Amino acid sequence: MLKPENKIFKNLYNEFGWEIDNAIKRDDWKETKNIISKGREWIINEVKISELRGRGGAGFSTGLKWSFAPKEVGSRPHYLVINADESEPGTCKDRDILRFEPQKLIEGSLIAGYAVNAHVCYIYIRGEYLNEGKRLQSAIDQAYKRNYLGKNACGSGWDFDIHIHYGAGAYICGEETALLESIEGNKGQPRLKPPFPALVGLYGCPTIVNNVETIAVVPTILRKGGKWFASLGKPKNTGTKIFCISGNVNSPCNVEEEMGIPLKELIEKHAGGVVGGWENLQAVIPGGSSMPLLPKNICDTITMDFDSLIENKSGLGTAGIVVINKDQDIVACMARIARFYKHESCGQCTPCREGAGWMWRILDRVTKRKATFSDINLLSDVTKQIEGHTICAFGEGSAWPVQGLLRHFRKEIENRCREEPLIKKKTKNPYLVDQHLMENKNA
Amino acid sequence: MPKILINGKEIEFEKGMTVLQACELADVEIPRFCYHEKLSIAGNCRMCLVEMEKSPKPIASCAMPATEGMNIKTNTALVEKARKGVMEFLLANHPLDCPVCDQGGECDLQDQSMYYGVDKSRFIENKRQVKEKYMGPLIKTQMTRCIHCTRCVRFATEVAGVPEIGAIGRGENMEITTYLEKAMESELSANVIDLCPVGALTSKPYAFEARPWELKKTESVDVMDAVGSNIRVDTYNWEVKRILPRLNNDINEEWISDKTRYSCDGLLKQRLDVPYVKKNNKLEKVSWDEAINLLVDKIKSVSPNEIGGHIGDMVNLENALGFKKFFYTLNSKNLEFRERKFYINSSEKSNYIFNSSIKGIEKADLILLIGTNPRHEATMVNARIRKVFAQKKIPIFSIGNPGELTYSYTKVGDKTDDIRKILNKEIEFSKKLLSSKNPIIIVGESALELQSGKFILEELKKFLKNNNFISKEWNAFNFLPQNASTVGLIDLKILPKEDEEKNSFFEKLKNNNFKLLYLLGSDNLEIKKNNEFIIYQGSHGDRGAEIADIIFPSAAFTEQNGLYENLEGRIQECKKASYPIGEALEDWRIFNLIFKKLDKNKNLLNFESLRKEVLETIPNFTNINDLPSFKETKIENVSTNFISEKIYIKELDYFFTNSISRASKTMSECRQIRQKSQKTGTDNI
Repeated sequence: MLKPENKIFKNLYNEFGWEIDNAIKRDDWKETKNIISKGREWIINEVKISELRGRGGAGFSTGLKWSFAPKEVGSRPHYLVINADESEPGTCKDRDILRFEPQKLIEGSLIAGYAVNAHVCYIYIRGEYLNEGKRLQSAIDQAYKRNYLGKNACGSGWDFDIHIHYGAGAYICGEETALLESIEGNKGQPRLKPPFPALVGLYGCPTIVNNVETIAVVPTILRKGGKWFASLGKPKNTGTKIFCISGNVNSPCNVEEEMGIPLKELIEKHAGGVVGGWENLQAVIPGGSSMPLLPKNICDTITMDFDSLIENKSGLGTAGIVVINKDQDIVACMARIARFYKHESCGQCTPCREGAGWMWRILDRVTKRKATFSDINLLSDVTKQIEGHTICAFGEGSAWPVQGLLRHFRKEIENRCREEPLIKKKTKNPYLVDQHLMENKNA
Repeated sequence: MPKILINGKEIEFEKGMTVLQACELADVEIPRFCYHEKLSIAGNCRMCLVEMEKSPKPIASCAMPATEGMNIKTNTALVEKARKGVMEFLLANHPLDCPVCDQGGECDLQDQSMYYGVDKSRFIENKRQVKEKYMGPLIKTQMTRCIHCTRCVRFATEVAGVPEIGAIGRGENMEITTYLEKAMESELSANVIDLCPVGALTSKPYAFEARPWELKKTESVDVMDAVGSNIRVDTYNWEVKRILPRLNNDINEEWISDKTRYSCDGLLKQRLDVPYVKKNNKLEKVSWDEAINLLVDKIKSVSPNEIGGHIGDMVNLENALGFKKFFYTLNSKNLEFRERKFYINSSEKSNYIFNSSIKGIEKADLILLIGTNPRHEATMVNARIRKVFAQKKIPIFSIGNPGELTYSYTKVGDKTDDIRKILNKEIEFSKKLLSSKNPIIIVGESALELQSGKFILEELKKFLKNNNFISKEWNAFNFLPQNASTVGLIDLKILPKEDEEKNSFFEKLKNNNFKLLYLLGSDNLEIKKNNEFIIYQGSHGDRGAEIADIIFPSAAFTEQNGLYENLEGRIQECKKASYPIGEALEDWRIFNLIFKKLDKNKNLLNFESLRKEVLETIPNFTNINDLPSFKETKIENVSTNFISEKIYIKELDYFFTNSISRASKTMSECRQIRQKSQKTGTDNI
């Protein structure tokens, strides 16, 4: 259980006001100049000591990522890009940071920008977060007024500007290279890696892309020391994390907790428990819709951190916990997620473009009890043909939830399948019908 | 050289290669759809996945740079599974309509699914249907077949320089389109047909004409412009069904212009198949005997001085030499091949060829166009300029207004005064030119047509020579001729050296001094017919045949062997793919018929000796298909007079430049579309 003094996001519920005056009262912008004056090496080292892992889903070490940026600025400028394109179903942590703790993000941007030699920072906000974007803009304006940003930002001698860029609501633009394409004004499609953005990123310049939460915790880490952060949570899974609990719980909420907290404790303590009691729990998606779900027996004991979830063939992802109780049709739930991924696939590379739709169609048939047993193996094959064969991680993101379903709820699917009929019944669909027209009813 | 391990075999590779290229060095075939050597890497078909040691996932070999010590495996179960998986996805929504698809037989998807695919489909859902797109008169679309490799998109943006093809929509609903559903405004548009690995983009004029295995393929060269693009002529019996590009990195790479590709249907129309003679103001079919008798009578009735001859734009060197011999037998020297008088100086080969060579354009760091629109005059040269512009962003300048090119350029001026200022180092641009290392200056026919044409060529040459821009390593001076025959005919000295500046042929033509005018495939000459007796010898009933009194039908360029010299001075062989229609004959055979009637049997021509003589006559000749040898440029002191003139670049009617393209229905459609699209909304008011 996280002690109140160790909480980083003290205003997560907007009890103290988001404006800059209130933020300063909560120790934001305290000693920023001092921190920057300690130099790049110190900042990156301190972040490495804290063992902070990226909060956007992949869990890559932030300090390490920053150290990939070229040490000296060459002919091309460096950029810092902050990914606020929070579109993962079940996740809404960045939204509350943008709304209630914008100064933490802005201060973090300045420090991170300094650490990676960037004078310009772009914050890419998803188009639906219009109000949040406006709020962030007014927070940035307030920071400019106090000379915390702009020329000689915060008296540090570093010039720093922040620009907000609104997306148009595509899920794929949350992928870091697709996000860069989108900022450049192109179609949001992931780029091939290598080269990685740290060397060839925005406009071909070295670019560091970080999640909102990652950047927002950095100032506190540097003020309190990397060791303090590392002392929280479990080894290699340090610090605090905002968990978003939604679904069949009594009081869905965002809550900041220590990493490695047991899932059961998290749900019962903060979200008022599962609707119908813990025994009524069917499954939990632990990290946003792209992570495989976990059945109740695993949920009983699992702790919420990167490594123990990977052990159980799932992932912490963005820590968007979706609770599904036994009142729900688990296959229909997963079919809905598959439809989401079919809709959001960018269409660039073959496996994801063709496979995501195929998975949804099979799952849809399973839900409607029109599938056969052979479809189960086919579904499993399709997920494996997508996984690992795509340009970006979207392929895994769309295949894993279905794999999770197959792994833990195969019985459930089999119950809905029927044997291959000896005489195939004629469907009433006219031959050569435009299938997209038929799908319109539920698409 | 760094080494890479491929299937246990150690291979040396060049730095900068991708894994796929390294695999090719090791003779390991990697299936691919989206990868194309001449385009940027997209890496989106995922067919080229291979296994790399220490990587848990298979990697896309087309996009992964090869590095020292990599261990690549392409024959493992993991790779096979990945390939089969991707193939299944590609075929999932691809219609199985191969029997009615024009790509059948030369389809990448068909071939590769045979090798790398599974024989059964597990996809029982309804297949995707995509609406047809209109892409102009050349490209037939069947977008349901599209596998979204984006080769066409990349070609349009990168090579053609017109970003008019793109993908809209997301995921399954992604569609390739021209956005506004109009024809691509590019002279290279039809190359997307070759690039398309499936039958989504196929050739409209060739639709359902033939199957690839039924066609006889002949490797030849193109004569629509002076570039001499390498082509493959596909024939079905007599008919030329289609023309495709042939890879030649020195000239046209893998592309050809739409005119080269699609004027071939003009070879079937408007053809002259028998001799005609004008009787009572009407052309009537006659026998060869009658027509030649009439001609010989005419020749005997006029003095040699009153006989004029003009050689057209698509005549090969052997026939031109035969024509020259024929005229010398008649004691006439009134020969000409230019369509308009422009200045030439045949004393040195470097005066009238593209010295930097087409491949050499890639080394350029500055390009200056003087009175030329390469986009229309030599499309493949323009594509090469576009290539170097896209790669290196080199500065391009123009004197005269060439209109819209496929790259951005700066106009330095549009008067001859501007050229003089550059030569006198009076303006800023001179400094830029002098500080560049490998500049290219391209002088077009429009500039040399001016009264100061001589000044432009001679003084520019002197300027470049004095500033060390003409040497063995680099020759910055380039002349851009418009016709396939021009360079070769200058080499053959068709026009006597002393007549080059006098332009006596044009004077005589204007004053109607000729009693007998012999047009050898010449359709673009401006003639005000008065009393001349005109003989037209050519393949098409076009402008020349219209005014002729006798018509001799002859073979078109696909129907006879012959040499052509392209604008770089490269001799290339055009091969016989078909045979002449009706009673038509090769030009030199017709001269032989006349010789026989004139009782000059000892002058009879034969093809082998004509070719031999051509190759002996051509100055600086090295080998067939090779560039001419270098000879030090001498600067002669010639007097030039400068006249202040506006440089007006003559607008070419791009799709209608010669008799074959004028006979082509496809070209005519393209022309109509181009004219419509050029109109603005206020044109009709």
